[in-house]
Amino acid sequence: MSAVIDEHDHHADDHHDHGPAKGLLRWIVTTNHKDIGTLYLLFALAMFFVGGTMAMVIRAELFEPGLQFVDPAFFNSMTTMHALVMVFGAVMPAFVGLANWQIPLMIGAADMALPRMNNMSFWMLVAGVLLLASTLFMEGGAPNSGWTLYPPIVLQPITVGKALPFAVFSVHLLGISSIMGAINIIATIFNMRAPSMKMMDMPLFVWTWLITAFLLIAVMPVFAGAVTMLLTDKFFHTSFFNAAGGGDPVLYEHIFWFFGHPEVYIMILPTFGVASTIIPIFARKPLFGYASMVWATASIAFLSFIVWAHHMFTVGMPIAGELYFMYATMLIAVPTGVKVFNWTATMWKGAMTFETPMLFSIAFVVLFTMGGFTGLMMSIAPSDFQYHDTYFIVAHFHYTLVPASIFILMAAGYFWLPKWTGHMYNEKIGQLHFWLSAISVNILFFPQHFLGLAGMPRRIPDYAVQFADWNMISSIGGFIFGASQLLFLYIVIDTIRGGTGEKVTGEVWENAAQHSLEWTLPSPVPYHTWTTPPTMVPTEHVLDAH
Amino acid sequence: MPAFFLRGLKLRNDITLIKKFYNYYRRGCSVNKTKQLFAGVILMALGLGTAQADYTLNLMKGVTKVSNDIYDLHMLILWICVAIGVGVFGTMFYSIYHHRKSKGHIAAQFHENTTVEIIWTIIPTLILVGMAIPATKTMLELNDIEKSDMTIQITGRQWYWDYKYLDNDIHFESHLDEASERTHRTVGADPRAVPHYLLNVDKPLVIPVKKKIRFVLTSGDVIHSWWVPALGWKKDANPGFINEAWTSVDKAGTYRGQCTELCGRDHGFMPIVVIAMEQPEYDAWVKKTLEQQKQKPDLSDQSREQLMAHGESVYLKNCVSCHQITGAGVPGLIPALTGSVIATGKWESLDGFLRAGTSKMPKFDKLNGKEFAELMTYVRNNLGNNVGDELQPKQTALPDDDDE
Repeated sequence: MSAVIDEHDHHADDHHDHGPAKGLLRWIVTTNHKDIGTLYLLFALAMFFVGGTMAMVIRAELFEPGLQFVDPAFFNSMTTMHALVMVFGAVMPAFVGLANWQIPLMIGAADMALPRMNNMSFWMLVAGVLLLASTLFMEGGAPNSGWTLYPPIVLQPITVGKALPFAVFSVHLLGISSIMGAINIIATIFNMRAPSMKMMDMPLFVWTWLITAFLLIAVMPVFAGAVTMLLTDKFFHTSFFNAAGGGDPVLYEHIFWFFGHPEVYIMILPTFGVASTIIPIFARKPLFGYASMVWATASIAFLSFIVWAHHMFTVGMPIAGELYFMYATMLIAVPTGVKVFNWTATMWKGAMTFETPMLFSIAFVVLFTMGGFTGLMMSIAPSDFQYHDTYFIVAHFHYTLVPASIFILMAAGYFWLPKWTGHMYNEKIGQLHFWLSAISVNILFFPQHFLGLAGMPRRIPDYAVQFADWNMISSIGGFIFGASQLLFLYIVIDTIRGGTGEKVTGEVWENAAQHSLEWTLPSPVPYHTWTTPPTMVPTEHVLDAH
Repeated sequence: MPAFFLRGLKLRNDITLIKKFYNYYRRGCSVNKTKQLFAGVILMALGLGTAQADYTLNLMKGVTKVSNDIYDLHMLILWICVAIGVGVFGTMFYSIYHHRKSKGHIAAQFHENTTVEIIWTIIPTLILVGMAIPATKTMLELNDIEKSDMTIQITGRQWYWDYKYLDNDIHFESHLDEASERTHRTVGADPRAVPHYLLNVDKPLVIPVKKKIRFVLTSGDVIHSWWVPALGWKKDANPGFINEAWTSVDKAGTYRGQCTELCGRDHGFMPIVVIAMEQPEYDAWVKKTLEQQKQKPDLSDQSREQLMAHGESVYLKNCVSCHQITGAGVPGLIPALTGSVIATGKWESLDGFLRAGTSKMPKFDKLNGKEFAELMTYVRNNLGNNVGDELQPKQTALPDDDDE
């Protein structure tokens, strides 16, 4: 499959330069989807360590009862910023990075549909995150109202100092960046697929990102609107959320979670896509139930819009509202269950091998399912009156984010780095990284279920002594998990610089080219690919249908 | 190191991280702690519990019918999840063990089966319906606030709870107890030496057993949430709005909980204590409390030491959360009292300032003349200030202060 290289030669006379610009400027002005993907991924990795450092501060303070290291308000800033940095700085940009790299390669497109906007959306992300981070250095500190930015607390002069307008403008920039990224992804998928690739021929990763992009366009403006209302309440004397002026603080919660619930699926749907890409290759079997995977993803996305108030069962809703949101939320278990069953069926009677990407993917299926179970438990409104805002929910959403989204991002790194760089990563260190991560993440988060059930509220810097033992265990797990991630940093750098020295083939993984287009290209992937679209689409369910 | 970092990671007073861990190690705690921890883990794994009597691994059953119903729901769904988990993970691990390339397994190539896919869509749906029925029943029960025997108004405030018995005019504030307050603000103080650390209050909420008590919840500032796990629920206290909830406690006893909605810097320090009493004891408590409430504050002169000691208590209850235990305030957010012109100027203007409040500070006209004298003497002669005066209750009392 050297069509690309040949193509390059033919046009060499027409265009003065097909390679990247030289020097640092290459990374600033680039419109190449691979460069922008790399920028997104490296930025996300950096933010993962920034957000992780904040988590380490939190776990250090909670290591023992009593206040040892930080002031309670700074502790609240840490929980707030940890969430914002991880969500908007690490997980979302990492998936956009993967989309930039992989979607054009997987659908046979030469680049993203809107390359200049692509560059702009990356740099707006950087601006947004830097603006947010700048609040850490301000008098009065970073926002400390929780990442949900609930009024009235976020508007209170004794709680949040000068940070609010910066956080609001940062959300605007991040929102615009995400929306532009989403528009680009939708335009690319709709318009730039290889001629022979029908929608139902697309790899699952492309499908899940298409659906995610619609979620992004739908909800980012809602969040931007909500924080703008905060801004006018604070500075222009409106009363959207102030009861004394005829407003209602609970209105903000409704608006926020109308954004917030789809938002959590924005972080998990592409995860599903990557898992559905990796598992079949290492099981040496086609993905089980491709069509039902697509429909399950779409159903989950649809349901995500109509379940938001399950974050607010204790806020004081009418009984009809409580019951409706309970039933709707329970329904999400059905399509999610279908996905888990499909992954299991994909492994069933396969010929599995367990390279690092597969290990992370299997851990994802198992641990995400555990997060799903606790999610189901919390969908039961009366039980949620006990679980809500305790460490039980902290355990729940970390199970669905860390050993799910983060693990899959790690898996994606191990899976595609050889393709991108042409070098093989060190399998031994990869496996070590996996086992340390998989064990420590459970030491870190599993005890938090016990803490929540025993009555420990979330977002507290100090706690009653009966919570001491499990907190200490959880912190130890946290420190091991945090330190283990340095191995990943090492592997990324090492692989870029040559890895094991072993030259990888175009396919990298056994028979990968039967599954998806990118494996038909040489490794490392040339700077320009698919300047002529591929004529054949090698996803195996398509081959089977022909 | 940037200033923000020092401020944030304020290693309380002069203790450094290294020193702290060094001392910890030298005391030999580290070894014992590790052993203790290890033993604790094993005991807990065996379900034997630890030395801490009120420690649980699972949700507590609680002392109301609703909390028991919720416990049953919790267990039902937990077991369903465990069963599904065993099935799914069992299949997966069977497959991982047997269907591996290293064992020479050849991959099958099937990739869909409509029958199977329909089955694993319909069965979970049926299970969900099975869950929804008891859940709906409990939800309706939780929501049924009709026909209550008495009503208590709960107001969340930064950072204490305000209880008002609407049937008999009992009204008091419930703050974190002084021992916990001092301990969490003091370097090196041992939380384990404080009984019910962070879960104790100066004045608990007292209710009769086996009576249906209706709560109306609201807030005076930001959103709080009132949660006592033994009662089975939490409910948000929203400023400007009223929420309702109810309980009927089966068993006399002391039940503890905490605020569960992030409400600012001292969110972790506003616990709830509910004491449920048999009816005769409750009646006696009501009588005693009403009498105490009618008592006028003692405006007789106090020695300087008394004023300072009492003043510290008033400060710990009302001021310390914002102005901090050293009086230093919080840069950029809350002014310092140390060296403050208002605090150390004429006492009459300080008195007026405290009674009026500002846009950032609530007014403290709820304090009586005695408390004003004690607090002002303390603030003017401690926290790095040294005005040298002392104020007596008779000076600071307003004419109507004594019908508190």
